[in-house]
Amino acid sequence: MAVKSLPKEELVRPGGGGCPGCPSSLALRIALKALGKNSVVVMPACCAVVCVGPYPKSSIDIPVVSIAFEAAAAAASGIVSGFKRKGKEDANVVVWAGDGGTYDIGLQALSGAVERGTDFIYICYNNEMYSNTGIQRSGATPFGAWTTTTWKGKDERKKDLPAIMRAHGLPYMATAIPSYQEDLFRKVQKAMSIRGPKYIEILAPCPPGWRFPMEKMLEVGRLAVDTGAFALYEYENGRLMFNLKSKSILEKKVEPKPIEEYLQMQGRFAHLFKPERNEAALSQIRAELDENWERMRKQVECGVA
Amino acid sequence: MSHGVKTTISYPVDGAMGQTGVWRDFRPVLDSSKCVKCLKCWISCPDACIKRAEDDTISIDYVYCKGCGICANECPTKAITMTREGLGE
Amino acid sequence: MIIIDTGDRIAAKAAQMARPEFIAAYPITPQTVIVEKTAEYAETGELDAEYVRVESEHSAMTAVIGAAITGIRTFTATSSHGLALMHEMLHWAALSRLPIVMVNVNRTLGPGWNIWADQTDALAQRDTGWVQFYCASCQEIFDVIVQSYRLAEMEDVQLPIMVNYDAFVLSHTSMPVEIPEQAEIDKFLPPYRALWQIDPDDPITYANMVPQAYYGGIRKDMQDAHERVKDLVPRIANDWKQRFGTDHGGLIEQIQCDDADYILVTMGAFGAEAKVAVEQLRDEGVKAGLARIRVFRPFPAEVFRELAKGRTLVVVDRGVSIGAGGGIYTELKSALYGHSIAPVHGFIAGLGGKDVTYGEMSEMVKRVAAGNAAEVEWWGLDGQGGA
Repeated sequence: MAVKSLPKEELVRPGGGGCPGCPSSLALRIALKALGKNSVVVMPACCAVVCVGPYPKSSIDIPVVSIAFEAAAAAASGIVSGFKRKGKEDANVVVWAGDGGTYDIGLQALSGAVERGTDFIYICYNNEMYSNTGIQRSGATPFGAWTTTTWKGKDERKKDLPAIMRAHGLPYMATAIPSYQEDLFRKVQKAMSIRGPKYIEILAPCPPGWRFPMEKMLEVGRLAVDTGAFALYEYENGRLMFNLKSKSILEKKVEPKPIEEYLQMQGRFAHLFKPERNEAALSQIRAELDENWERMRKQVECGVA
Repeated sequence: MSHGVKTTISYPVDGAMGQTGVWRDFRPVLDSSKCVKCLKCWISCPDACIKRAEDDTISIDYVYCKGCGICANECPTKAITMTREGLGE
Repeated sequence: MIIIDTGDRIAAKAAQMARPEFIAAYPITPQTVIVEKTAEYAETGELDAEYVRVESEHSAMTAVIGAAITGIRTFTATSSHGLALMHEMLHWAALSRLPIVMVNVNRTLGPGWNIWADQTDALAQRDTGWVQFYCASCQEIFDVIVQSYRLAEMEDVQLPIMVNYDAFVLSHTSMPVEIPEQAEIDKFLPPYRALWQIDPDDPITYANMVPQAYYGGIRKDMQDAHERVKDLVPRIANDWKQRFGTDHGGLIEQIQCDDADYILVTMGAFGAEAKVAVEQLRDEGVKAGLARIRVFRPFPAEVFRELAKGRTLVVVDRGVSIGAGGGIYTELKSALYGHSIAPVHGFIAGLGGKDVTYGEMSEMVKRVAAGNAAEVEWWGLDGQGGA
């Protein structure tokens, strides 16, 4: 699928409130091209709500339901039921949430909604921190990353929320990134075609939060994939299928680029290199990366997830 | 307010956050002679400020473009360059 | 048709007959019977509704909000800690002007864990903008739940309504209740027509950021709606009485107030108890009356300003705002200030479900009458007072 063949219709308006170069704004724009007008998007407190803009104006051309931070999936559950009563079951009910409202405060509601088999698409744009409130750490923040609550770098690994989602036995989940627009589009379309709860996690390289020049947003994303820091894959019917460069890395057809290339593009990892290299942390990052990929290889080999 | 009761119900418009073009330090400038109509810039703009015409030529919405520079960074032929605002070109 | 059943089961029956199209609820003692009974109704088809077995009370209120904004009638129920957990979303529902009806079984909060009756749970939510009713019998529970939908859904109201009644004393106590025919209920309560709704055909954004200048107006509009509720409650109660014959009063229920010197002021099951206390006091020659608060929000200030003339008010509170005082006591004095010089005495009693009998309430009035009562007394602590 070429970029040209993506639908021309825009369901977002220019002049919204996102930072210049915002990955969530771009990802939402692309996702909405797949979702189309017969959709409702539910947003918990997160950057995207600010991007929508202030009352009495909005920048989205489909209904937007903003809701409390921890509650997106519960609100979506109510809307799905309401639409069923109204004979609008064919409408897409989509959550667009940050990692805060997904990994942490929103995890309970998400788990409940998925366990109940709610027919909705939950999309988490993951910028690996609480960006809306000023770059504080979240459960999705990777080991070693600076945030405003982990000044020396986060001590803990990030949660594997996609694995938690798979543990619910949901029919489909996928990872995506705005750097690969056709892939993101296709995955949203795929999710639309399946009944039940679907989870899509979109890595969102955030220029102010990760500390890199805003024009490099898509480049940082490509490097995340090329180094193996972020894996593009889908899960359906109990099986994992990797996509694009991630597939080649999984199958060892291509060497991932050195992780340091990815880390050195971002100010949030600068303290691992200056004033001197933190070899212990860097080894741990490399070891964790290798461990993750080995585990994923074994999962694919054994046909489990 | 709307619908007979006062609560926050809003409607989509261009420029919900104002005339965001004033945010720019740099503006993208297109050299159409280099443009191969790949539309990478069009799909890469977070704010839908690159307009795609019927014939796949593009134009830039300077009212709202925030000057992030992604379009220039992604353009394979360097048809877009980021130029400092306010230098009276 | 008369049935004899517990408050919770009557509440579930009322909810079923009001025809909500969506219920999401989380069990908590002593509301569990409502959750179980409505789930059963939904599964047998006696209730034609979507029923979502959410994973917490916060999600219950959120899911109800999600359904309500699609333009359908909704119901939920909770108690105590569950009510406290959904506090954030109570504000959300009221600010969104959604006509949600929720039963709250008044149970206190811990620690220590206490599953019995007091009104602190609902008192702690009085700032949220919800209308609050307090019931004193199973019949009233039935009537108020159905009436609340009619009230909430009025174009002039558009507010969520909390229907309170005491844990165990009412939730698990059987009483005879006159249940009208469904067809008659349907005439009293027409189908819900939302003023606005989430619909893919109408790209509205709901609940986005709001600049400072607009916010006050939203709040004022809620307050104005509460003022209108004060007139609408007695009108709806009257309409119900014409159709169905049962009557519990308006914003307050007045018993023998006309020639009273002392008026007991209380709410919930205490109101039923106080009725008997009034009879007992009258037998003993004390001119007592009862003003049972049925609607606590909006607070019936005007009614009390009238009623207080020439009387002494004896408040029996079953909930307290620590650092200020009894819920009714503090609000009543505030409502009367500048309008009435009537003496007001406060008793705080029955917290954590400690029983307070009509005999004890008579004692309270007699203490006041004899000039032996302090302005505020905590009753029945450490074994004081009657059993």
